This record gives sequence, C-alpha cells and structure tokens, in this order.
Amino acid sequence: MAITTPKSLFLKGLVDSLPFLLVASPFGLLFGVLSAEAGLNVLEALAFSLAVFAGAAQFTALQLLQENTPLLIVLASALAVNLRMGMYSASLTPYLGAAPMWQRAIAAYLTVDQSYALSIVKFEDEPELTVPQRMGYFFGTTSVIAPSWMAATVIGAWVGAQIPASWGLDFVLPLAFLAMIGPMLRTPAHMVACLVAIVVSLPATLMPHNLGLIVAGLAGMMAGAQTELWLEQASARSKAKQETAP
Amino acid sequence: MSTFDQTSLWIVIMGMALGSFALRFAFIGFMGGRQMPDWLMRHLRYTAVAILPALVTPLVVWPSPTGGETSLPHLAVAVLTFVVGYLTRNVLWALLSGAGGFLLLFLLG
Repeated sequence: MAITTPKSLFLKGLVDSLPFLLVASPFGLLFGVLSAEAGLNVLEALAFSLAVFAGAAQFTALQLLQENTPLLIVLASALAVNLRMGMYSASLTPYLGAAPMWQRAIAAYLTVDQSYALSIVKFEDEPELTVPQRMGYFFGTTSVIAPSWMAATVIGAWVGAQIPASWGLDFVLPLAFLAMIGPMLRTPAHMVACLVAIVVSLPATLMPHNLGLIVAGLAGMMAGAQTELWLEQASARSKAKQETAP
Repeated sequence: MSTFDQTSLWIVIMGMALGSFALRFAFIGFMGGRQMPDWLMRHLRYTAVAILPALVTPLVVWPSPTGGETSLPHLAVAVLTFVVGYLTRNVLWALLSGAGGFLLLFLLG
C-alpha cells in the first residue's frame, strides 16, 4: 500500500496544478501590462498582485480606477467580483476547518479559482484523507501558481512600460474578461444571469459613479438565482407527475 | 490617460487586500462547519457570471480605442472571444482568439 503523507499530497497538488499555469501566467502578464498602461510602476503592480491575489477583481479595480470612479464603488465592485471566494471558503470549511488557525489563515489567502476547483474535487473523491493531508494537497495546488502569478505581473509591468498607449491595449481588458466568462456558463441559470446583466448594464451606464455596474450585477444575480429555483421546481413537478402517472 | 493619484491607488490596494482576505477567511476561520442560508448561496453562485458581463458590455459597445464610438470590428472580436470560450470551455483558447482578433484590429486599424 502506498504511504500518503502530507508531503506526497503536496507534490500531488503541485503536479495537478501545472496545467493551470498556462492560464494564470498569461493573465498575470496581462495584468502587469495593463497596470503599466494605467500608470502603475512595477512595484505598485507587484504590490497589487501580492496583496490582493485575485485576477478578476484586480482587473475590475484597475478599469474602474481609470474611469475616475469613487473609491467606495471601486472597492464594492471589485469585492463583489470576489464574493465567490467567500463561497469557496464556505465549501472548503467542512474539509479544512479543523486545521490549526495559522494554516487556515494561509489557506484563506491562497483560496483562488484553481486551488478551490482542484481541492474540492480531491476532497470529495477521497473522503479518507486526513486534515493535514488535505492541507498538504491544498498548499501544493498553489505552490507554483502563486509565485508565477507574481512573477508574470512583474514581467508584464516591465514590458508594458515600453508599450506606447497608441496601441489601444485598453481593449484587451474586456477581451480577457470575455474569455473568462464563456467557460463559466455551465447551466441555463448561468446564462440567464449573464444575459440579464448584459441587458441591464447598458442603460445602467446612465447612473452616476459607475453605480450601474453594481445594479446590473445584482439584477443578474437575482435572475440567476430565480431561474435556478424555477428549474428545480419544474423538474420536481415533472418527476412527481411521472410517479403518479398510471 | 491615467487620472487617478497614488493615494487612491494605495487605498484601493489595501482595501481590496483586507476585503478579499476577509471574504476568504470569513467562513473557514469563523463559521466552522455551519451552513450558510440557501438563498444566499444561491445568489452567490451567480456573482461572477453577472458582474463580469455587466462590466464588459459597456466597454465592448463603446470601446475606448475608438473614443467610445461603437465599432463593428471591435464588437466582432469581442463576440469571437466569448463564443470560443463558450464552445471550447477553455479560457486559454478564448484568450488566444481574442489576442488574434486584437492583433487584426491593430494591423487593420
């Protein structure tokens, strides 16, 4: 029987995370380039990635800062993009909640899409893992991704500083977001949420201080949640009908 | 082009650092094994798929390289990026198509 120590699970997590490097590095580069275009120096861009460590939220804040949005709305919008991290944290808690506080604090910082997606599958598939083994795996999944994200930011910021503004790189940011959205649309409810947010976002730009973003986002969330509820009820009803049918 | 000052930038960085950490730590640190209410989880599931399109749509419809004027080529590249991402379920392919489309815009424009 193979001996699975926390250390071997760390290595397993590291190996499992390697494909994600292909995604994280280009986005890190892009964040660096765009922050340079926005006027940040290399140190500021790195501080941003180090302190926040959440790609989509960083892109959001960068965009809104350039539109002279009030700081409270920049923060609220960027944190709204990050709300899913709260959800990840909640869903990891049954598996990691018993670990020492310092480990939980580090794990919280390292909770990103990739580490969550890999870990939750692993923990569900192998319920026999102990808490230290799970922590080992979780830390393994970010051991390469996190430093690469930082390094890519620095390289991007350095390269970006040499790129003239006339290249119109601003338009790459919406493209980067669009690339992220497509794969997220896994259910009809996701699509409804996305569609409603798109439709509301255009007239909502008339609202002052970019508040429209939050309004359109909330509208999309409510539409998605409501659709999920309807679909559940509909499938429960059709099931009930089949059972009572002769 | 850049119109914000250092202070704003650092306030945003520090605020986001604290806020993001709080979001990530809230449950694993404090909640223990307690469940969140269903209605809240149901809404949280749709934050990213709602907020990101809401942010992107105006930027695509009124792109900054044209000075905010709606432009068919920019729209086409945006739709291409989105559709490739949706069909391949792969962020990387979508990003590459977006980059290719952007390059075309750059060379033609």
